[in-house]
Amino acid sequence: MSLLKIKGLTQQFGGLTAVSDFATEFQGNELMGLIGPNGAGKTTVFNIVSGFYKPTEGKILFAEKPIDGLKPHKVTAMGIARTFQNIRLWHDMSLLDNILISQHYNLGYNLFDLFVRNKRYVENEKRMRNIAMQLLEQLDLVQFMDEKPKNLPYGVQRKIEIARALSVKPSLLLLDEPAAGLNSSDVQELIKLIAWIHKEFKIAIWMIEHQMAVVMSLCSWIQVIDFGKTIAEGTPEQIQNNPAVIKAYLGDENI
Amino acid sequence: MKKFSVPVLLTIFAVGTVLAAHFELLDLYIQTVIMFIGVNIILSSSFNIINGYMGEFACGHAGFMAVGAYVTSVLNIMFFTNSKTFGDSILSPELALWFFPVTMLLGGIAAAITGLLVALPSFKTRDDYLAIITLAANFILVSMFINMDSVGGARGLMGMKQIIFSMEDVAFIPWMLIWTFVFTYATVFVIRRFVTSTYGKGIIAIHQDEIAAEIMSVNTNKMKLVAFMLSSGLAGIAGGLFAHILGYINPNSFNILKSTECLVMVYLGGMGSLSGSVIAAIIFTLLIEGLRFIIPAMDTLIHFVPLVPETFHLSQVLKWVIIPLILVILMQFRPEGIMGNRELSDFFPKLKKYYEFK
Repeated sequence: MSLLKIKGLTQQFGGLTAVSDFATEFQGNELMGLIGPNGAGKTTVFNIVSGFYKPTEGKILFAEKPIDGLKPHKVTAMGIARTFQNIRLWHDMSLLDNILISQHYNLGYNLFDLFVRNKRYVENEKRMRNIAMQLLEQLDLVQFMDEKPKNLPYGVQRKIEIARALSVKPSLLLLDEPAAGLNSSDVQELIKLIAWIHKEFKIAIWMIEHQMAVVMSLCSWIQVIDFGKTIAEGTPEQIQNNPAVIKAYLGDENI
Repeated sequence: MKKFSVPVLLTIFAVGTVLAAHFELLDLYIQTVIMFIGVNIILSSSFNIINGYMGEFACGHAGFMAVGAYVTSVLNIMFFTNSKTFGDSILSPELALWFFPVTMLLGGIAAAITGLLVALPSFKTRDDYLAIITLAANFILVSMFINMDSVGGARGLMGMKQIIFSMEDVAFIPWMLIWTFVFTYATVFVIRRFVTSTYGKGIIAIHQDEIAAEIMSVNTNKMKLVAFMLSSGLAGIAGGLFAHILGYINPNSFNILKSTECLVMVYLGGMGSLSGSVIAAIIFTLLIEGLRFIIPAMDTLIHFVPLVPETFHLSQVLKWVIIPLILVILMQFRPEGIMGNRELSDFFPKLKKYYEFK
C-alpha cells in the first residue's frame, strides 16, 4: 500500500507538453524533492496533484483511490495540503480565522444549525477553535493570533501558510518553493521547521525548491525534471554528481 | 446585565414606535419613512453579502426584490381577498394575519431560487462579466413581469391594502410597522450569524483569495450558491414588505434605478460592514425624504433674495443630482465608505460590553 502513486502523468496545454510521462511513488512518510530549471513543469505537477488541472493522461492514486479530475477542495479533504510559491494567505483577516476557515472540509454542521446556533454548531465551532489553537501553539504562532498576515514579516507569513496547510491534517504536504524570497537566516529556520514537521506530524512531504541547501539537507530522494521529462532521480549525493542534472542546470561542458 | 443593553434598547425602540403609531402620536408619513428605512436596511445588508463580503460586483438586486414582491402579493391576494383576476378568497381573510409571514417566506424562497439565475454563472465568471450577467438578470425579471398580464403587466398590481385591512379587522394595530420591525431585525440577525460563523467566513475567504479558498477545502461553488441565494432571498423579503407598505407595485419600480439605490447604500456604508449597511440605509432614506423639504426651502430662499428669474424653480429632480454628487464626493475622499470593512464595535470597543448576540 502506497500513499501516493503517480503513473504516466502527461499534461498538454494546446501544443505544449508541460509534463510528460511523469511517475513517482510515496511509500509512507518520506520527504522527497522535485527540482529542475525554471519552466520545467514542477508547479504543473503540483497543480495536477492538487486538482487545479485535469491531466491529459495518467493515473494518480492517493491511498489507493484515484484523485485525478477531483476538485481541489475534495483533494484537500482527502489529505493533500499545499502551499504556494507566492504566499496566498487571506491577508485581511486574523491569523486565527485563516486557520479556522481551512477547517471547511470538516465543519460538522450545516446551514440550518448555523442559523439556529444549536448544540451541534456550538460544539463544532469550539472543536475547530481548539484544533486551530493547538496548532498555533505547536508552531509557536500564538502571539500573532489576532494579527492580520499582511502586517507580519515575510518569514512569519511563510510559516503561517505552512501552519494553515497543516490544519487540514494532511497525510501529504506539498511545499511549492517554501524558501523563495527568504533571507539566509530565515532559510536555516525553515529547514529546521520542515524537518521538525516531518518528524512531529509524521507526514509525507514533497517539495519543489530552487535553493539546493534546502533540498540537499532535507530530502531523502530527489527527482529532477527538465522540459516536463524526468531526467534523473536518486539520493542527494547521486543527484549532485549526475551529469544530466549538471547539464540541465549549467549547460554542456563543451560549448 | 450590561450585555442586554443593546437588545433591550432595540426592543424598546420597536415597541415604542408601534405604540406611538397605534395611539396616533406618529403621523402616517413618518411611519412610512420608518418602514422604508426597514426595507432599505434589508436591501443594503443583504446586498452587502455579495458586494461586500464576497467581493463580487453584482448590480441586479432589484430584480430579486421584484420576484419576492410579486410572489408574496399574488399569494396573499389569491388566498385572502376577493379579486377580479384571482377570484374569490380561498381561505378566510382573517387568516391573512397568520399566513402573512408564511407568504413572505415563500416570496423569499422564490426569490432565492431565482437567485440561481446569477449564482450558476458565477461559478465560471466574475468581475465585470458577472456584473453584466446580474444586470441582464435584472432586465429579464423586470420585463418578465411587464409581460405577465395576469399580474397586471406594466399597469402594476393592486390589492395589497386589502390584506392590511383584513389584518386590521382582527386587531386594529399598525401591522405593517410590526412586520417591518420583525423582518428587519430578523434579517440583520441572520446575516450577522452567517458572516460570523466559520462557514460564512468562507465567502470572505473567496473575496480575499479564491484559489487559496479552494485549496484550503472551501467548496467555493457551494459557498457562492449559498451567498447568492441568501442575498436574493432576503431581497425577496424586502420586496414583499415594500409591496404591502405601498399597497401597489409596478414592474418599473424594480428597474435598474432601484438596484442603483442598493449599490449606493452598500458603498456608502462600507463593503463588508453590516453596521455600515444599516447606518447607510438610514442615512440614505432620511436624505431622500429630507430633500423633499430641503429643495422647496432652497427654492424659497433663492427667491427671497432675488438672485434668479421669477420663473426659475428648483424641482424635485434635483434630488437625483444631489445624491449621485454625494456618491462622487464619497468615492473621492473616502472610497471605502463610512465604515470601511469594520463594524461599529471595531470603532468603539467599549460597545462590545453592551450586547452579546450569539
